[in-house]
Parts: sequence; C-alpha cells; structure tokens
Amino acid sequence: MSTVQAILLKNGRVIDPVNKLDKKASLLVEKGKIKAIFTARQKAAVLPKKLLSIDLQGKWIVPGLIDMHVHLREPGEEHKETIETGTRAAASGGFTAVACMPNTNPVNDSQSVTRLIMEKAENASARVYPVGAISKGSHGKTLAEFGEMQNAGAVAVTDDGRPVTDSQLMRRALEYASNYGLLVISHSEDASLSRNGAMNEGFLSTSMGLKGIPHIAEEIMVYRDLALAAYTGCALHLAHISTKESIDLIRQAKKRGVSVTAETAPHYFMLTEAAVQDYNTNAKMNPPLRTPKDREAVVQGIKDGAIDVIATDHAPHSTLEKDIEFDQAANGIIGLETAVPLALSLFRKGHINEARLVELLSVNPARILGVAGGSLAIGAAADITVIDPGQRFILRSGDIVSKSRNSPFIGTRLQGKAVLTLCGGTITHNAL
Amino acid sequence: MSSEYLFAHKHILGLDHLTVPDIEHILTTAESFKEISSRAIKKVPVLRGKTVVTLFFEPSTRTRLSFDIAAKRMSADTFSISSATSSTTKGETLADTARNIEAMMPDILIMRHPSSGASHYLARHIKTSVINAGDGTHEHPSQGLLDLMTVKERKGTFSGLKVAIIGDISHSRVAHSDIIGFSKMGAHVFVSGPATLIPKKVEKLGATVCSSVADAVKDADVVMPLRIQKERQNDPLIPSFREYATFFCINREILQAAKPDALLMHPGPINRGVELAPDVADSTQSVILDQVTNGVAIRMALMYLVLGGK
Repeated sequence: MSTVQAILLKNGRVIDPVNKLDKKASLLVEKGKIKAIFTARQKAAVLPKKLLSIDLQGKWIVPGLIDMHVHLREPGEEHKETIETGTRAAASGGFTAVACMPNTNPVNDSQSVTRLIMEKAENASARVYPVGAISKGSHGKTLAEFGEMQNAGAVAVTDDGRPVTDSQLMRRALEYASNYGLLVISHSEDASLSRNGAMNEGFLSTSMGLKGIPHIAEEIMVYRDLALAAYTGCALHLAHISTKESIDLIRQAKKRGVSVTAETAPHYFMLTEAAVQDYNTNAKMNPPLRTPKDREAVVQGIKDGAIDVIATDHAPHSTLEKDIEFDQAANGIIGLETAVPLALSLFRKGHINEARLVELLSVNPARILGVAGGSLAIGAAADITVIDPGQRFILRSGDIVSKSRNSPFIGTRLQGKAVLTLCGGTITHNAL
Repeated sequence: MSSEYLFAHKHILGLDHLTVPDIEHILTTAESFKEISSRAIKKVPVLRGKTVVTLFFEPSTRTRLSFDIAAKRMSADTFSISSATSSTTKGETLADTARNIEAMMPDILIMRHPSSGASHYLARHIKTSVINAGDGTHEHPSQGLLDLMTVKERKGTFSGLKVAIIGDISHSRVAHSDIIGFSKMGAHVFVSGPATLIPKKVEKLGATVCSSVADAVKDADVVMPLRIQKERQNDPLIPSFREYATFFCINREILQAAKPDALLMHPGPINRGVELAPDVADSTQSVILDQVTNGVAIRMALMYLVLGGK
C-alpha cells in the first residue's frame, strides 16, 4: 500500500456506464478523489508537480468493483480468513468494497459486533460493509436490532448461511427493514428438502451415493420470498441464485413490478455438478453446482437482467474443513481473486458487453446496497479498478492472497486480471 | 480369457471402474480359489509375508470376518482396527489415520466407512492398495462381485437374466454395486420398493423401476430383497415395518410370480418377517449362504489381484 498525493492513470479505456462513458482517456486522482477525466485531445487538467503517472495502454479503467456477498470469518474463525486477509484478497481481485455476511462467531446480530467489524476494517485494504443478521443468533426466532446495527454501520440484513424458515419472521423482517431503508437479503432454501444434502440431486448424486439437494429446495423459497416481497411491497435481494426455475420466477416477478434484485456467483455460470466428480470438496457448496441447463439459464439471466449482480459468495475454509470426507466437508469456495477473469469469460463469449460487466460487478451492487461508488464521478472517492482483459495466467495455489485455498479453479487457465486497485485514492493492489 | 489380459487395478473402489473383462477375470480367479476353503488344510502360501489391515468405521460382522478369513487362507497377516479403537474418536482425520497405518508398511488396506467416497479419498492420500468394504450409500464392490459369482455358479451366464432388487434402493450400496455389476454383465435389473426409497434417475445406472413388486418379480431369475430402515436422519421413509411387510415383503406368494428356478438372494443381515418371509429365507431357492461362502473366495481373489497376482 502506498499513498501519494496525486496519481495519473494515463491512456486507459475508461468505462463508466453510469456516466455513459467509454473512451480512451486519462484519469487524475488527487487527495483521494477523482479530479478529472480527459482525452489526449482535450486540454489536460493542471497536473500537480508530484505525480505518480501510470501508463494504462490497453487496460480498462472502471469504477471500483463491489462484492456484495463475502464471508470474512472474523470474528470467530480467523484460521480461515480475517478482515485484513479477506480485504487484501479483495483488493488483489480488483474489489474496492465488500459486504460481509453475519454468520461469524458470534453472529453479527447486534451493534457491538457490527462496531467490532467496523473498527477492524478501519485499516483494511477495501471498504467493508457489514451485513447484520435478520434474527438473533440467526436462529430464525426473533428479529435482531436492525436500527442499531444500521447506526453502527450495517447496510443490509440476512441470515445467510441458513434460510429464514419461518415465513412470518421473513415477512416481519421485510416490513421492519423498510423503516430503516435496509436491504433484506434472502438465502432462499427449503431446509427440510435439502437436509443432509451434499450435492445437486440427480443421476450424479445417485451414482456417487451422495444425498442430493433438489433444485426445488431453492425454488420453493425463492417463490415464497417473492410472494412476501410482492405482498408487503418491500425490497428484497436474493442471494446466490443457481437454478433455471429460480431465474424464471425472478424474471416474472420483475415484470410484475415486484421490488426484487438478485445475484449469482461465478461458479454457477462457470461450472456444473460434474465438478464434484471424484469427491472434489473444492466444488462442494450450498446451493450446490447444478446441471448444464441451470448453468445456461444463469448465463441467460445475466444477459437479460433477471440477474443484477455477480457476487462471489467468497467462503474461505481451511484444509481442516475441506480435506476430509465429502459428506463431512464444509460448503463454499473462495471467489474474490477469480471473479474478474471468470466474469470476463462471459464477455469473451459475447454474452455481455463491457458496460454490462461493470454494471454487474460495480454499478448494481452499489445501487442495491445504497453505498457510494459504482461510477467515476468527478469529486467522488477514487475507488478505481484497472483490468487487463488480455492477461493470461494459470491460477496457482501459492499466488492466492486469501488465507484459504479452497478453489476449484486452482490449476486452470484464466484470462483477464485486475492489475491495479485504488481505494479512496490509495493503491491497494498493483500487479503492473 | 485371452493371454494378453492384464488386471491393472491397484485399488478396488467400486464396480463402476471395473470393465467386463476385469469382472470376468475376478470371477474366474475366485472360482479357482473357492476350492481352498473346502480343503482339510485351508491355507495356501500365496500372500505369505503380506500384511492386510482392515479399518472399519461401521459395525460389520460378516464382511469383516469374510475379509479376515480370506486373508488368512492366503497366509497374509491380518490386523483389525475398528472405529471404537481408532484415533478418529480422538479427533484424528481419516487421512492422518491412513498415513499412520501406511507408515507401518501394510500391503492392503480394507476400509468400511459411513461416508460415500471415503475409499476414493483414502486412495488419493496413500500409496497402499485400498479395497472398499462399503462406503456410505455408494458401493460395496466385494458384495456385488460375490453376488455375481453366486448367480454365475447357478445360471452359467448373465445374459438375458432378469434380476429383481426390492426395497431400500436409495441407501443400499449393495443395490448400487449390483445394478452396475449385473447390467454390465448383460443382465436386466428391475428395482421396486416404496417410491421414497428409489433414488433419482436410477434408470441411468441401468435399472428399470417398477412401482409394484409383482411387476419387478414377474418371471425373474433372481430375487433380492434388501434390509429396510424406517427413517434416516429425520427423513421419514416408511410409516411402519408392518405396512412395509404387507406390501413389499418377499413371501411365497410373490415369489411364485418369478421363474420356478429363481434364486433368492439377500446381502444380510435379514429382518425376518419384514422384507423376507421366514419360510422363503429357508427355502431351497435361497442361496443366501452360498453368497456368504462365495464372499470368502471373491475377497481372496481381490487381495491376490490387487497385489499383482496374474
């Protein structure tokens, strides 16, 4: 990390969908803020004398990426990740902000835990937006104190990691959160259908002798949550959507005007259940990887707007939780450091354009969470990500910045990389 | 068997990874070993000086004894570890347990474990030959092979045979290995039982699903009821053993729909009066004890072959 008074990002391709900008230009950062954006032909702004000038020929300069779904594991599971290591992984992957889920130990269900996270995040490598619990202890019984958590810094509430089984509690959460303008994020899963499941239910689960999680376990709850959002008129965000029918339901609800947004994770558009073959615990997650038909539907949802956000569901686990028997292994994979190349594969295949990519990874998460960022407005904090879309590399375990290495993409060829990350004008990652 | 054939498996993890020639070779080898068990001196020096460790994380009487007897008849030295005495109860991981055993230089590790894929996991972590003695609800290859051997002995061939497997198909690693094995060898496998116990897309494994037991058993050459459990981990499967027995028990009447010379098999242990009527279990059609006898021969063959026997 280094701080200089002024940084000139020269001759990159500036892509800022909010300001309808896509042109070769230079961007001047001064005192942590975006001072100017100008093309070669335009008269350059008055450049300060002490200036770090970085040539970005062929690179994209985009608003800082925001991952609205990560698990930083602190407090309580610091052997997997900490706020420090998790935000360093975020910066390394091109993220300038992350929203961290409350399933820590203790659960972030009160202002004191929220405050602890905010304090620990003061010197972190990315902005940290805590997400509070919906219910005390995430036990699904009584509402947590939304207003106090918001005052302490929480930007949303969820019981992520487990579903809110009680429909009345979910209804009350949506209603009560609306008083504070807090977003409710749902982990939609019918736990009675998914209980003890280890992978997607189908031929492969039968063939591997593993208890399956049927796709309807997600869809039944997605429908319930959409019905509650429609009935109450309150805003709802659906986390880690993985199935075709879920996406169809979301698309229909949006058409009817339900106030709903949805995210998916890169693994749901990159991989299918086939990745768990040979009992690979680094492909075990919840919701589980699904079928090719579901994977295609996720891509389609990203294209047509049923899906608003790509979030990683970064879920670090150590070998203690992963290098064990498959049915005993923990769910989840890390994602912060692979999101950019994986999302770029959608661009390379022609599914989305550059602007849509920036919407999915920056504009929409900022808007949905109601936080700063998502654009390169003059005068705004200089949260900026520079992407080299052409850079090819093989993901090596040793190169991972996160404290955990549970990724199914280790050893695979990837293309596209965040090469420079600025958070509030401070360089938090530099791979140039 | 052609002379170029080479049995190339170091581990026996399931019937899934065995080819038809592999299975034929195992059966032929087992048939030649079977005679040893009926000798006055039941011991050959084939595996003398070899060390066989059985590692059982689930209770088992016959499978464990069968492997133990098989190893001893081949003159191997055998050692047993069960979950009650293993380090896993002290919090040691399976990989660490296995590496520690491996450091004592055994030649074969035979494991039963409640997690599907546990033997695959073991084979990834250690260099010793692994024989899967049952992993979760996945496979039980030595049982599948002894079932094949028993049918081959009586019927001479697999081609065109109708094999009916009745009961809890979802949680039975025996059913799983049998469906794969019998289908691979040219038999037609039919399964039936409460729909709560039929796994998703089991047809793709090679089985035909019948909603009535009578349809599955009709004209069958082999009838195999499976042991049943009422519920598993809060998952309600059947309302009562009484109702199960009324609609799914293999009794004299049901068995009459099968071919007159149909074989009755059961992987054991039997719940008499639940999935199998007592008089049928003890009838002349029953080859249940032949299965047990053949189990020793199959396990002798597997140990011999994974250690490079030709």
